[in-house]
Amino acid sequence: MNYETIIGLEIHAELSTKTKAFCSCKNEFGGEVNTNCCPVCMGYPGALPVLNKKVVEYAVKAGLALNCQISLYSKTDRKNYFYPDLPKAYQISQYDKPLCKNGRIKIELDGQEKNIGITRIHIEEDAGKLIHGTESEDYSLVDFNRGGVPLIEIVSEPDIRSPLEARLYLEKLKGILEYLEISDCKMQEGSLRCDANISIRPVGQKEFGVKTEIKNMNSMKALQRALEYEEERHKKILSEGGTIAHETRRWDESKGITVSMRTKEQAHDYRYFPEPDLVPIILEEAWIEDIRKALPELPDD
Amino acid sequence: MKALDLYSLTLHEIRDKIRSGEICSKEVLDSVYNRIENLDDKIGAYLTLAKDKAYEAAESVDKRIAEGEKLGDLAGIPMAIKDNISTNGIRTTCASKMLENYVPPFDAHVCEKLKAAGAILIGKTNLDEFAMGSSTENSALKTTRNPWDLERVPGGSSGGSAAAVAADEAFFSLGSDTGGSIRQPASLCGVVGFKPTYGAVSRYGLVAYGSSFDQIGPFTKDVEDCAIVLNHLYGHDERDSTSLAVEHGDFTEALNKDIKGMKIGLPKEYFEEGIDPDVKKIVLDGVKILEGLGAHVEEISLPYSKYALPVYYIAASAEASSNLARFDGVRYGYRAKEYDSLEEMYINSRSEGFGDEVKLRIMLGTYTLSSGYYDAYYNKALKVRRLIKQEFEKAFEKYDIIISPTSPTTAFKIGERTDDQLAMYMSDICTVPVNIAGIPAISLPCGFSKGLPVGMQIMSKALGEASIIKAAHAFERNTDFSKKKPTL
Repeated sequence: MNYETIIGLEIHAELSTKTKAFCSCKNEFGGEVNTNCCPVCMGYPGALPVLNKKVVEYAVKAGLALNCQISLYSKTDRKNYFYPDLPKAYQISQYDKPLCKNGRIKIELDGQEKNIGITRIHIEEDAGKLIHGTESEDYSLVDFNRGGVPLIEIVSEPDIRSPLEARLYLEKLKGILEYLEISDCKMQEGSLRCDANISIRPVGQKEFGVKTEIKNMNSMKALQRALEYEEERHKKILSEGGTIAHETRRWDESKGITVSMRTKEQAHDYRYFPEPDLVPIILEEAWIEDIRKALPELPDD
Repeated sequence: MKALDLYSLTLHEIRDKIRSGEICSKEVLDSVYNRIENLDDKIGAYLTLAKDKAYEAAESVDKRIAEGEKLGDLAGIPMAIKDNISTNGIRTTCASKMLENYVPPFDAHVCEKLKAAGAILIGKTNLDEFAMGSSTENSALKTTRNPWDLERVPGGSSGGSAAAVAADEAFFSLGSDTGGSIRQPASLCGVVGFKPTYGAVSRYGLVAYGSSFDQIGPFTKDVEDCAIVLNHLYGHDERDSTSLAVEHGDFTEALNKDIKGMKIGLPKEYFEEGIDPDVKKIVLDGVKILEGLGAHVEEISLPYSKYALPVYYIAASAEASSNLARFDGVRYGYRAKEYDSLEEMYINSRSEGFGDEVKLRIMLGTYTLSSGYYDAYYNKALKVRRLIKQEFEKAFEKYDIIISPTSPTTAFKIGERTDDQLAMYMSDICTVPVNIAGIPAISLPCGFSKGLPVGMQIMSKALGEASIIKAAHAFERNTDFSKKKPTL
């Protein structure tokens, strides 16, 4: 049977603002551990976040460059989960009212142009970093320098039809963000991160197949290889009459395979609700227009 | 007056004596600490005393005055602060085992402001753990007793701050009010307690319980003192995004004003079910005094208020479940000694560090935010919250202030309601709607029932504080309930 591959990408890009998203700590990569942090980004009791206006400006730039509608009204929400690198035990993110939506990116494939839809772009904060002890050390340490660094999450429509298209999409997107000078986009350093959703279906079928989510792809090449591996894995399972498990899988670069991280049943319930410590983000048309006018000329203009 | 008896004076009386040079700040401090040493074993208002820092601060104030510097009206005045408000270098426990040894590296905005005005922090007061409760019995660290009857609760959650002022162990104190936690204990302890308009006082440094309800406010011995302290608490703070950028004016200008023609609404729902008949009569007698001073009084109806309690317990608990998630044993606070995995470290630390009421509200909030239940509970609560708010806004188009009892009963016995959750929650039935609407309200002593104080709640529209002060001060000038002291 012939299968069609369906891929959607979720890209996280760290914004290169001078200070963090909700406090005035420096936003810089590679500093001495736990030097760029304060009561706000370490989640001390009583400390409160204040949204950095530059974060909104950078995200709006990305939204305009990716042909999105910019929301004049959006808000922040709390995404609740426990992990030692997340000091408040919730991440400030955006849930049902993202800053930008309905955009697209043009990619070129075999001399043909193709549009990949962008569902949404929202702003959120990064978590800190765990530094695991060696096997003889029975502990892990946390570096909070990255905690509270601003991110945009760019979610594509399931318009991508092959691992190569996925790579072309990410390369194009990376080029635009670099050109706008809003992110370093270094995949090795983690300032650009990519998760992929992939499923396959018999050609002609309308319904999507069961998807898996792939994490930990740290280069363009890894993205393409991981998706190629996963595409084949799905095909093999289906052609043998099996069923795909709805799960999150991790790309193991050295072994060249994906391995299961957690099933859908183990997925978190993030209990999103509106962040009561912040006010809604209300933008004026004129401010957005000023940003639009100041955008550099983009490849597809 | 003997220097050691200074503790019994009001803030403004002490201020005048310091200003005139009759006494110095150190003498005032001696008097208050002496009072605390003699009395606080019985009352249990304080969790931590900050003697060394207090004397350092008093010395500095006295030096500045001696050098001829003109200081503001809080200079040299000893104050107490509820132990969920961060104080730099002084432990801030939230009356929880979880934070028993937590020392904040920064001051709350209100502490910065009051210190800058010369007020002197004498100690941190007891509360219901993480401000969840109505009797201060949920403190994991101490029992606080009502100065009017040591067998009874001081109310809560700011029970320590209320008892400290009632027992003359501080000239004023700060509390926090999420569903009545300033006004209800003020009522039960016979002092003045004020909950500001949401956003009028910065929450920076207040350990969050229900972020969209929490406000910091004062306990004082009379209304004039209340106006003075409010002047120092109010104002925009750029570190709190919900802080309002408005000029608040001078609240003492609302003192000594005529209330002729003032329009007062009496919501009938607040005088019905569950209100002790004696409390009802005393509050209505108080309203008659205002009427006698020329105010127009009319009965009104606020039918949505009856949904206030369920809305509050859903929305505040939801926020609390998220706000208290940071107490995970990783960076500060209590960490369990025994665990075999990260998950077990979380579970054991939180199970051992939190008390029952806190766990109950975390579980309730977690449940109402869960996928599949969000719309039925949290979202519905937000919708009803809007209706309650609109109902108040409409009422305040016609009335300057609305009056009700603060608490449906006087102080209850220690242990009397600990096994009856609902009876405990009903303690806040008159105060919770105010937090839901985000409006300001005072609790003012207005009489006694069987020797225990009764409080009158006066509410106004958002930022209508001056109307409340005006009416409360008119009442106080014509009665002597605020001057009555417990026999200790």
